[in-house]
Amino acid sequence: MPEPLLSLDGVHTHIGRYHILQGVDLAVPRGGFTVLLGRNGAGKTTTLRTIMGMWKASKGSIRFAGNDVTARPTPQIASAGIAYVPENMSIFAGLTVRENLVLAARSGEIDPKRLEWIFSLFPALQRFFGLAAGALSGGQKQMLSIARALIEPRELILVDEPTKGLAPAIVSNMIRAFREVKNAGATVLLVEQNFMAARMLGDTVAVMDDGRIVHQGLMAELAADHALQHRLLGLHLDKHQ
Amino acid sequence: MTDRTAEKEEVRAGAAIDWTPILLTVAVALAAIPLVGSFSTWVTLTVAALAMGMMIFIMASGLTLVFGLMDVINFGHGVFISVGAYMGLLVLWPLAGWVDSSSVFLNVAVLLLCIAFAMAATGLFGLAFERVIVRPVYGQHLKQILVTMGGLIVVEQLLYAFFGGNPITIALPQSFRGGLAFGPDIVVERYRLIAVAVGVVVFLGMLLVLNRTRIGLLVRAGVENAEMVEALGYNIRRLFIGVFVAGSALAGLGGVMWGFYQQTLTVGMGLQVLVLIFIVVIIGGLGSIGGCLIGSLLVALIANYTAFIEPKIALVSNIGLMLAVLLWRPQGLYPVTKS
Ligand SMILES: Nc1ncnc2c1ncn2[C@@H]1O[C@H](COP(=O)(O)OP(=O)(O)O)[C@@H](O)[C@H]1O
Ligand SMILES: [Mg+2]
Repeated sequence: MPEPLLSLDGVHTHIGRYHILQGVDLAVPRGGFTVLLGRNGAGKTTTLRTIMGMWKASKGSIRFAGNDVTARPTPQIASAGIAYVPENMSIFAGLTVRENLVLAARSGEIDPKRLEWIFSLFPALQRFFGLAAGALSGGQKQMLSIARALIEPRELILVDEPTKGLAPAIVSNMIRAFREVKNAGATVLLVEQNFMAARMLGDTVAVMDDGRIVHQGLMAELAADHALQHRLLGLHLDKHQ
Repeated sequence: MTDRTAEKEEVRAGAAIDWTPILLTVAVALAAIPLVGSFSTWVTLTVAALAMGMMIFIMASGLTLVFGLMDVINFGHGVFISVGAYMGLLVLWPLAGWVDSSSVFLNVAVLLLCIAFAMAATGLFGLAFERVIVRPVYGQHLKQILVTMGGLIVVEQLLYAFFGGNPITIALPQSFRGGLAFGPDIVVERYRLIAVAVGVVVFLGMLLVLNRTRIGLLVRAGVENAEMVEALGYNIRRLFIGVFVAGSALAGLGGVMWGFYQQTLTVGMGLQVLVLIFIVVIIGGLGSIGGCLIGSLLVALIANYTAFIEPKIALVSNIGLMLAVLLWRPQGLYPVTKS
């Protein structure tokens, strides 16, 4: 079996005096979507932030593309080829849509072909290209945040709950866009509470609870096994189906 | 379709420039005309205030970016102003002949040399100050206040040791002395116009860098959300050091301009204006350059008008202004969105 693109091995994270991640083991294979599920407060966001070096792992190791990145500072981890779409989107409100994208393109130039592709995924970004990002609607901000991660090819994209709080129509647009991203061959680690979206996109799945990974396997298996779903995801499932 | 129009309107509303603080500043100036009583006096006071405001802006602009970018409270900034003024003095002494010369060219040259040397020296000084004093206390506000105050006192003592404790009088270059007459009874001091011009150049230069260059883009983004800039792969520390050095150099420039304005240098001059600078940074909105400019002008206008109309309240007028602005807009005139 080839080495996974990203692997976490016994990762612990403390935030202040709280012990949040308590030995996370997670493997993200190269190519396709890995979906990270888990109830609120399970530690999904903390896992992504720890991968990015925004929280420092207090124990364990994180390997990316064959290198140990556990102790590296955030800019170096990003430069190694990881893009991050945070839960709160963190778009730069005072910058225009264009400036947000220019900044995300580290080479300094936006590739026109890629921009065209992004516009085809999220037409609103084309319409509001020259306007302040702070004036976009919630869904459009989310699109911009994702577009920032797509503006240049990255080896791995981390996305934290992109459909949270969005209207159903925008959610299906988002899922369509992610399908295209998937077809383009990207590797994505997607945190998603919406099981319907998770099932449509995920190739592999990991389920988190209380700061640990409690299940990892193929999404198709989990989708077929209702008893397992019920045990791992409990009521969340009923809500979203 | 209706959905789309709604989106568009929302976007337009968000992209508008906020004119209210600008109009407020103009309104303050106009409201002072009847209170001052004489139009020519009002012109004199207003031009003096514009000059003072632009100099405060020069000194405060670096501080607001330093705070916005890394949440660093630097009381040492005050002494950078004094250092700048005294470094200018080092150029002024050997070139005394150029100061008294009637050649406009030599007069301008000596001012520019003072500025260039002072900016280079305070820039380097800022680089050392950041490394030795600020870096060990990143993220710890109380320690920043104590340590940068300590740094300020140490550097003040060094200035005393080198330049002595007495105020040093300096002369303006020949062709900057005196005033220009507009009509029968309005006279505007030349140097005030020069100070305004230098301030405008600095402001436009900053706007150009912030809005038209990649570094500027990084600074604007970093002031909003430094962590996200790092997550995009940029080293915010290096950016911060650059901004700190540039801000220190601007404090040095402000020191030279302020020194010539007062025509007297004292070691404590920087600390004296630092209070006004902090008021400006707070009422402008931490990290906002536009807010810093409007805040500087408001502070200077109110200080000058009240000093003339009712000297007794002049001392507290700026504190009053700060309270009023913060009651109206708790994040300052131009709040920077933190995402
Ligand atoms: N900055 C923080 N300070 C203290 N506790 C935190 C902080 N961020 C998250 N936590 C705690 O860590 C746990 C996991 O949070 P998080 O990773 O955000 O969960 P999830 O993304 O799965 O909903 C929660 O109990 C949360 O309260
Ligand atoms: Mg979360």
